[in-house]
Formats: sequence, structure tokens, C-alpha cells
Amino acid sequence: MLPIDPRRTDLAAEFKASPFGPHSPDLQHVLNLMRATPLAGRHVLVVVERKREWALGKLSGERGKPVEIVPGYRFTDPETAEWTVFKLRWHELTGEALPSDEALAKEARP
Amino acid sequence: MTRTLVGYADRFSVRAGERLRFMVSSFGPAGYRAALVRLLGDDGKERVIENAVNGDYPARRQEIHSGSYAIVPEAKPLSGLESFTVALYLWPTTPGRGRQALLAKGDPARGRGFALILGMDGTLQLEIADGAGGKASVGSGRALQPRHWYWVAASFDAASGRVTILQQPIRNFARAEDAATANATVRLAGCGAANREPLTMAAFLARAEDDRLKPVARYNGKLEAPRLLDLALDAEGLARLRADALDGSLRSHLVGAWDFSKEIASTRIRDVSPWRLDGRVENLPTRAMKGHNWDGTARDWTTRPEFYGAIHFHENDLYDAGWEADFDLALPANLPSGVYAMRLTAGEEVERIPFFVRPARGGKAADLLFLVPTASYMAYANEHMCWDAQLGEQGSGHVAAVGPEEMFLNEHREYGYSFYDTHEDGSGVSISSRLRPILNMRPGHSAGWVGAAGLSPWQFAADLDLIEWLEATGQRYDVATDEDLHREGIALLRSYRTVMTGTHPEYYSTRMHDALGAWLDRGGRLMYLGANGFYWHIAFHPELEGAIELRRVENGVRDWEGEPGEYVENFSGEYGGLWRRWGRPPQSIVGIGFIAQGFDVSSYFRRRPGSFDPRAAFIFEGVGAEEKIGDFGRVGGGAAGWELDIVDPRLGSPPHTLVLAASENHSNVYMVVPEEVLSTLPALSGIDNPLVRGEMAFFETPQGGAVFSTGSISWCGSLNHAKGLNNVARITGNVLKRFLDPAPF
Repeated sequence: MLPIDPRRTDLAAEFKASPFGPHSPDLQHVLNLMRATPLAGRHVLVVVERKREWALGKLSGERGKPVEIVPGYRFTDPETAEWTVFKLRWHELTGEALPSDEALAKEARP
Repeated sequence: MTRTLVGYADRFSVRAGERLRFMVSSFGPAGYRAALVRLLGDDGKERVIENAVNGDYPARRQEIHSGSYAIVPEAKPLSGLESFTVALYLWPTTPGRGRQALLAKGDPARGRGFALILGMDGTLQLEIADGAGGKASVGSGRALQPRHWYWVAASFDAASGRVTILQQPIRNFARAEDAATANATVRLAGCGAANREPLTMAAFLARAEDDRLKPVARYNGKLEAPRLLDLALDAEGLARLRADALDGSLRSHLVGAWDFSKEIASTRIRDVSPWRLDGRVENLPTRAMKGHNWDGTARDWTTRPEFYGAIHFHENDLYDAGWEADFDLALPANLPSGVYAMRLTAGEEVERIPFFVRPARGGKAADLLFLVPTASYMAYANEHMCWDAQLGEQGSGHVAAVGPEEMFLNEHREYGYSFYDTHEDGSGVSISSRLRPILNMRPGHSAGWVGAAGLSPWQFAADLDLIEWLEATGQRYDVATDEDLHREGIALLRSYRTVMTGTHPEYYSTRMHDALGAWLDRGGRLMYLGANGFYWHIAFHPELEGAIELRRVENGVRDWEGEPGEYVENFSGEYGGLWRRWGRPPQSIVGIGFIAQGFDVSSYFRRRPGSFDPRAAFIFEGVGAEEKIGDFGRVGGGAAGWELDIVDPRLGSPPHTLVLAASENHSNVYMVVPEEVLSTLPALSGIDNPLVRGEMAFFETPQGGAVFSTGSISWCGSLNHAKGLNNVARITGNVLKRFLDPAPF
């Protein structure tokens, strides 16, 4: 398995610019790893108000055991929610935090 | 963030003028206001229909007691037992997951009786309570291995108090310590059999707070060939008891010998001893399961039942929630056919229990029938993919977004599972019932793995987009369900000129498939407005209403895989895989068939040369040659998405099929389905494999009929865009207008 290369912040910029739809193969590799972590502790969105507001949650990984709501997060659009989870997972899997959104924006490819 | 009011009706399908019964449970509200509504679309688009039943009701909590088991009613030969021997084969799947009853005459832990159980530590134990204060438990001391066959036996001699236990693995592993013989002498006044309790297998029965009987100490795994004798055998005698054919000295002591390979399709279990202590199974465990003797030479229980003598029990099997009714709804005889719901409101909590009203018997209001894909709703009923499917997020292409229904279902596993789930023991869920609240079949619902953030409707909610379009365009239509089609066959269809499917009519029984095909051969016109339809074979239960079975075997997109040799449905005796494996692929009936899926975003179609054929001119009237078709919509943002079908003459698309349009620009998470992939190839996604596309198709059928197929699940999500002024609605409307015209094709 090829781990995520924390220097490839260009892939994070690509994801932020377009979280859904066709991606470069290198970004898809990052996403595939992020989406295969153990269910226990996996981030999910929890619908607070249908189609309007979402909280951040963590799966227990155990059948029947409730999701744990992560305090301090509320989203009103899916793109921000997806990007927030991407950043948390990047940190989890590489041990390194991504640069600020502004810094990333400068590296985004056209 | 969860649900607090849930309910179900006793049927999905009802005729105008008939009655329907509603059962409700509350997890908070003290009462609710009920109103009959006609659904005019998704997200609360509905109209209240005056009815005597509308009004305020008190609410109460009602429980679901899940778990399958077998029961043999109390009988003299059972209650008269003093000394006894019990023996059976088992294939336990969760030894160590709590105390699990195998065969019991009462629960020794709570009263008098005896039971063969798996203890908390996964070892075999014989428990006896004599009813005079004496209790004993003798164990094998050796834990059983999960998913391996054992033959076990235990005896109790009432005169001497001698207990003998035998635990024999069928397969002997080096270094395994799972075979055991145990002897003990206990001081008891008897075996406690005279306890007025029935004999049960795979659970004890306890009186629940609601006064119903509830299975407890539920066993996960297979049981086979239980035998009960009225004498205590020693170790040597026990060993003789393992023979298939018992010698005379043992046969004359038989009290019961249950052969699960008999009447497999039914809920009955047959006792082949002279006493004929027949019983039944509850909550639909899986039958037609391979026994300990299966050797790979048989695949079909109908021809070799002797290899299929096992029943697989699961702790959360469920047939009928069995709640008390809250009220009965009497439908007016002149109520127009359509999709309705009973809306229950308690403050901000709203529960809508959908049902489908057919015209009064003998009546028909329209030339158009919407065939509601209720078998597919049942297949997905109460699915738990966001919670239990470890790689689900890879396939959906976005963070899971769990809504209130999913939050509820995760914490209430007793509400039962779908064909997309596995049981607690990892085995696949092959039986589903509608006699329970089905919370993912609700207006406004989106599965958390379908489209980002729960924005895209799925299945029933997505089909309501079609209803909205029919209502908005003033189109007259009748509705009927898959179950009606299964029951009535071609007679249901013959008076309709055109039938519309929903967005995802994936599950078809033989009778449904036969009827639709025969109707098409007789001039019927079908608008297949979805994708991945006509894919899996299912069976309806021959005796019980509202239960279906699937065997996910051999190939196809599968969330679990059936065991080798367990391919034939226990409800019907039919092979249970893909229709493709029946030699009847979807392409052979609707011109197109499943090719790829992904659940991040939808795309759009572009016209193909077939759309310019004069035969298709009526379809594209008012649609430009170059315009993108459906680059909008509320299901993933486009008319081409989620699951996609294409034309394939090799799989039976009629030779004159016109490919009208094809979708493009699908993402990396759209992947070619496994039945099209014969080797381990690396390029299977929307960005590197040209098969990842949907195709819209048209062809004429004999006797003046025709089929129009969209090739995409998300098609209907675009119909109402811009108030219905869009090219998806135009194409659909063009087809419908011509399909309702009696002039033959």
C-alpha cells in the first residue's frame, strides 16, 4: 500500500476546489485510503435539520451503539462539511496538518 | 436527530373501499394527530383527505421481539419425561456471545425444566432445574469453534442423577481442543419436564412486559436433526445415537426426531418419530441450509433434501412486529387510485406510513399504471449500510450522512434487517418482511450513502418525483404494487396500455417477470424509468403475507455472498441468483441492463445516432441535436446517475433496439459491476473505462407494443426541474403521449 504523501498538498487543493465528481488518480488514491479506515472512530455527518444543517459525528463501530457527536462543528453546506472531514482525515493519516485554506488556494491547479 | 414515532400498516396495497389497519409505537410523544394524505410528491407535498379516522390518538410504546426459533407445543410425551437423552448437530456462528439455547423444555434459569445450551463461555452445557429447588449445570468444558459442525448429545438419568455429555467436532483439527466427554452426578428430584412449557429450539420463551412471548437467550447458527429419547444413554449409547438410522433399541425410546429437510418451504417442522410432535418456526429463520453431511455433490434442496436438513437461526430475524392496532382506516369506494400515507404528527415529529390504493375491484380509472416497486422497497427495508459496511464509503464517494431514520435503526436492531445487511453473526440477510415499520420508505428520506449530505431522495422518496410530475401534468394514472403483480399476474396488466416502473425495480419474482414479459408480448408498452431493474430473482413466501427471500449467490453486486451450495430459495425451491443466471438478463426484457454504479454525483446524457432514426422522432420532438439532456436535477445534480444500464445484444437486447442517448463524464467512484469483470483489471472506473455510462433505449415489441428505457436511476429526479420545463420532462412526456396512443407501433 502506498501511503498518503503529506507533501502532496496540491491534491488537497484539488479536492477543496471540487469535492465531488471526477478526480485525478492521485487524489482518488488519497480518498480511497481515507474511506477505508476502521468504522470505529470514522467521521460521519449527522443530519440536524434535513437538507439544511449537519453536525459532525464519529461512528462507534459497534452495532447498536450510538454515534458520538463531535462538539464545535455545525455545517450548512455539504462542500464545507466534506472539506472539514478531509482535513481531519489528512491529519489522522499523515500526522501533519494541512496548510491554511488560503495557502492551499494559491497552489490549486487551474 | 432520531425518530420518536414509528408505525406500519398491515398491507402496502389496498383497494378503494377496503380497510387498512395501522400500528404505531411512540418513543416520547404521548399522543399524535392522524390525517389521511394523498402524496403529490416528495418532501411534504400532499393533500389531506377527509376521513372519519383523522383525529387525535393517544400513543404508547410497542416493542419488537426479534429472533427466530422453533417451537413444539407442550405434549404428554414431553412433559412426562424423567430420564432423557438429547442430541443434535449444530454449526454455531457466535459461541461466546451470551447464553444461547439450543433445545429446551422451559428455561432452567427461570423455572423448572431442562435445556441444552451454549454457555457464556461458548461451551456446551446441560442445565436442569427440578422445580423443587434443585438446579444443576454440567458442561463440556470445551468451547466450540464458530462456523464448524459438531454433533452433541447429553443425557440425564433421573434415578442415579448421572449426566453424560458428548461434544464431537465433525472435522478434526490438529491442536484443536473442542472434543469432549463429560460425566457428572447431580442431586435432583427430576428433570423438570412437567412444566407446561413448550419445547423450543434456538431460544427460550419469556413473558415480555407487553405480555407477549419473547425469545431470549437467542442462538445464532444452524441446528440440524434434533432427537429426544426417554432414557439416559451412557457414553457408548450416545455414540450409537449419532447414526442416521437408529437401531431398534434406540428407536423404541424416541420421543421426537425433527427432520428439518421436510416441508422446507413452510413454517412447519416435522417430527418423524411415532409421536408426530410437529412444530413450527417463528420469525422466519433461513431454511434449506446445508447440513453437516453436505459434500458438494448437490446444489438444489428440492432434488436432494437430505443434504439440506439444517435451519439457520438469527437473533434479529423478524417476520411480524405483531403490534396492537391503533386504528382501522376505511377507504371510500370512490377514492382515486394513487400513493397515500397516514400522516402522524406529534409536535415536530412527523411519521408518514405510505400505502398504495388501487381502483375499486373491477374498476380502472386510467390507461396508465405506475407499478410501485414494493419488492425492491422490501429488499432495502431498514438497511444499515452507513453503520455496518466498512467499505461503503469508498463506493459512495462522500462522507456518510446519517439521518434520523438511520440513527433510530442503528439503535433498534430489533426492527430487522434488509438484503443489504448481514446478521450479527456475519451471515447474509436473505429474508425481509413488510410487517414492521420500514423507516427508509418515507417521503423525504435519503440513504446516508446515496449522494452527499442526504440531499438526494432514494427509492420510494425518489419515485415520488415521478408522482409529482404525473400530478403536475394532470396525467391520470392507477397504481399497483409488485405484490399485486406477483399474485395476479398478467390479469393485473392486461387492461393497461402503458406501465411505468419506478426508479429502481431491482427485485423480481418469477411470476412478476413472467407476467410483465407476457404482457409486453401482447402489445403492452413499458416505460422503464430507472436502472438496475429486473436484476435479482426473489421468492415470496408461499404461506405468509409480505415476506420475500433472496439468495445473493455466484455473481452480481453483492453486500454479502451466500454459502456454496445454498443457492436455492427456501420459499419457492427456485434458483435465487441474478436473472442473468436464469438466462433472462434485464436486457432481454427491457433492452438494457446493469453496467456501473457510483453515488457521489450524477451526470447527463447526449443524443446518440439512434435518436435521429425516424422511429424515434416522436421521442425527441422539441429536443435539440446537441443539447445536454438532464444536466440538472435533485438526484445527484443530473439525470444520469447512481446506477446505470446499457444495451448489450450479447445479453439479449433485441436486435432492433435503438440506442437513443448515452451519459458521459462519470466520476472515479462509478465502477463497472463485477459480473462484467472476468479478471483483476485496474481500469474499471468512470475516468478510465468506457463501459461506465448509461444508455437510453427504445424498441418495439410484437403486437404493437414498445419499451422505452432510461438507463439511469436519477432520471426521475430531473423531471420537475424548472417547474417541469426541461428536456428530461419533455422526453418523458413525448414517450408517454405516444405510448398512450392506441395506434400500434
